[in-house]
Amino acid sequence: MNKIFLVARREFLSRVQKKTFLLTTILLPLLIFVFYAMIIYFSVKTNDNLRIAVADEANILNGKINSKDDIAFEVVKNETVTSLNTALEQKKFDGYIYIPSTYNLMGKDSLQLKSNKAIGIITREKIQKSFDDVLEEKRLLSLNISKAQLDSVQHSNNRIKFATINGKSDDNTKAGISYIVGYISGFLIYIILFIYGTMVMRGVMEEKMNRIAEVIVSSVKPFQLMMGKITGIGAVGLIQFIIWIVIVFGLQLLLPLIFPDMLHQMQGQPIQPAGMQAMQAAQQMKANGGMNELMNSLHQINFTLIIGCFIFYFLGGYLLYSSLFAAVGSAVNEDPQDAQSLLLPITMPIIFAIVIMTKAVNEPNSGLAVFGSLFPLTSPIVMMARIAHGIPEGVTLWELLLSMGLLICGFLGTTWVAAKIYRTGILMYGKKITWKEMWKWAVRKS
Amino acid sequence: MNNILELQHLKKYYATQKAVDDISFNISKGSIFGLLGPNGAGKTTLLRMITGIFYPDSGEIILDGKKFDPINDIIKIGYMPEERGLYKKMKIGEQALYLAQLKGLSKKDALEKIKFWFKRLEMESWWNKKVEDLSKGMSQKLQFVTTVLHEPKLIILDEPFSGLDPVNANLIKDEIYGLAQRGSTVIFSTHRMEQVEEICDHIVLMNLGKKILDGTVTDVKQQFKENKFSIKLQQQPANKINESFELIDQKENAFTVKIKDGYRSNDVLQFFIQQNITVESFNEILPSLNDIFIQLVEGTKSVSRAFQQVPA
Repeated sequence: MNKIFLVARREFLSRVQKKTFLLTTILLPLLIFVFYAMIIYFSVKTNDNLRIAVADEANILNGKINSKDDIAFEVVKNETVTSLNTALEQKKFDGYIYIPSTYNLMGKDSLQLKSNKAIGIITREKIQKSFDDVLEEKRLLSLNISKAQLDSVQHSNNRIKFATINGKSDDNTKAGISYIVGYISGFLIYIILFIYGTMVMRGVMEEKMNRIAEVIVSSVKPFQLMMGKITGIGAVGLIQFIIWIVIVFGLQLLLPLIFPDMLHQMQGQPIQPAGMQAMQAAQQMKANGGMNELMNSLHQINFTLIIGCFIFYFLGGYLLYSSLFAAVGSAVNEDPQDAQSLLLPITMPIIFAIVIMTKAVNEPNSGLAVFGSLFPLTSPIVMMARIAHGIPEGVTLWELLLSMGLLICGFLGTTWVAAKIYRTGILMYGKKITWKEMWKWAVRKS
Repeated sequence: MNNILELQHLKKYYATQKAVDDISFNISKGSIFGLLGPNGAGKTTLLRMITGIFYPDSGEIILDGKKFDPINDIIKIGYMPEERGLYKKMKIGEQALYLAQLKGLSKKDALEKIKFWFKRLEMESWWNKKVEDLSKGMSQKLQFVTTVLHEPKLIILDEPFSGLDPVNANLIKDEIYGLAQRGSTVIFSTHRMEQVEEICDHIVLMNLGKKILDGTVTDVKQQFKENKFSIKLQQQPANKINESFELIDQKENAFTVKIKDGYRSNDVLQFFIQQNITVESFNEILPSLNDIFIQLVEGTKSVSRAFQQVPA
């Protein structure tokens, strides 16, 4: 045990004391943050205010149509198509909609918008929505429904409140947040496994490349060397991770200061399909009185459970995969290219897990999600998606315990196999090794 | 118990070959022992079993009177393998300390010993240098230091002089003598027979996993001597033929003769003295270990790994 500690300590110190460590740990999240900020800024901000003139010859709008965000509608009168076209060329406005006097409110005629520049999809949607809203209102009013009746129809609150069988309220905000939390934790574990797994692999190759493997192995058992490397590099990862979280949290607090309008602007915009539900959740939040609802929902989400499980699955997943990465590293000679082909069977389950996870965040109880959360090679990522929905809505207690048990068996198993491959691999030079050969080492008596 | 190491019927078979095929020999304390053999003979496998890296399929290893314990006996052994290297990016002092601690030394002891050896081999100024900044000879010296630092009773050196210039080679050689004098036993594995002759007391020659020679250097040479002698005379003798010897070679006044069975060196000397010729020098030509090695190993089945099927 002592020897494992000695090796782990050397691995840890030799990485942490390098200048590049501080550089990547602190600079990287900063860079990502800046990158993200720029993306959000540019996607949210459209170029200039779009000025659309509406020539209302049929006089349906009563001179008014609500401007929305960065589109300014201006109702004009007594213009002809020709005069509008001239004005358009003169850039008095960016586009116009001509409602002819013969326009039938209840009919199926479509309106045309003529512009002097290209108008993007998102903006088109906004224009469409503005017109839909106002035309619908006008149509209803023309059917002799009073404004008061119209208001009551539009704003009555018939929202369905979701609740689960044990009485806990399961509203959309919670669903939305579960979605985000599950997605993010799953993704985080995915990234961690990849980054630190390859770090372990390269660390293992260090002994072979420096040709010091035999010297070390004459002092410690190969198993101790392997575990020392996995532990030491894992500790580096942990420290980096903690620093990153601290930085990300710190920056998140800064975000609203830099972009006060951002949240407001984000509501109308489908930024990515995956974010849709999250956006709807945010909208709902605003509609229902914001902060209180948020706090309420947050209370419903068992963060201790999620964080506890995250730590468990993060550790378990790391131990399971890092030993496999170590086995590959030991079989490879100086040429890292060889590693690529050997790595394939290891990276596939990880990617597969992410795919299952994207389904599991929406349907935590589907067959695929259940399987993915139990199978040790995929459970670290998939289970996080289910856990975010809470027990027992997302996953039952026994399923969780079973999954944890299987993961423990999993990493014990992979460590055992990896140790056997490792002990033969690090002393072997020259031959190009395949998985078939590695398997032979694994099953051979030591 | 005067033997530091006793190997009894060691066997290690792989699927494709018998790397070590029933080897037994003893090594006495304080001696400098040579383990010789062509490439693929099984030397490295044997050494790895002695150091606990591999486990024998059968047979016993007795270290200093007790059964070899791969976990606890590590500190008694120092091993410098043929495939050797150091962490390039690590500083020297730090690395020596790390390796010593892995052997089981405490930090305090280790630092003391490192300072001692660095001073002795004039390496003090290198403490903070990285290994990659050293020349080859310097890193070899460092490697040697890390091997003997913990004062092991048994030191195993596989091709220790490869890559060393004559000055450094001499330095290491002196250190080896010194270590032996202070009670450590040294096992040498090498191809360089002239060094073996110079340094080793006792040798074992391996080929194809089997032991084919075992004895002191002198004994082995005696075993293979061909009764050849060299004589230097002051002038050309009138008579060069005699029943007591066979003339093998002649260079001016230096003769190489082979004394025939039944005759002694005195007979040859008498023959020339009776001719009133002054004998300037007369000594036996013992075969070099190099010649013996070649004689024994040449012509045996392939020099590189022999692929024999192990009977089921």
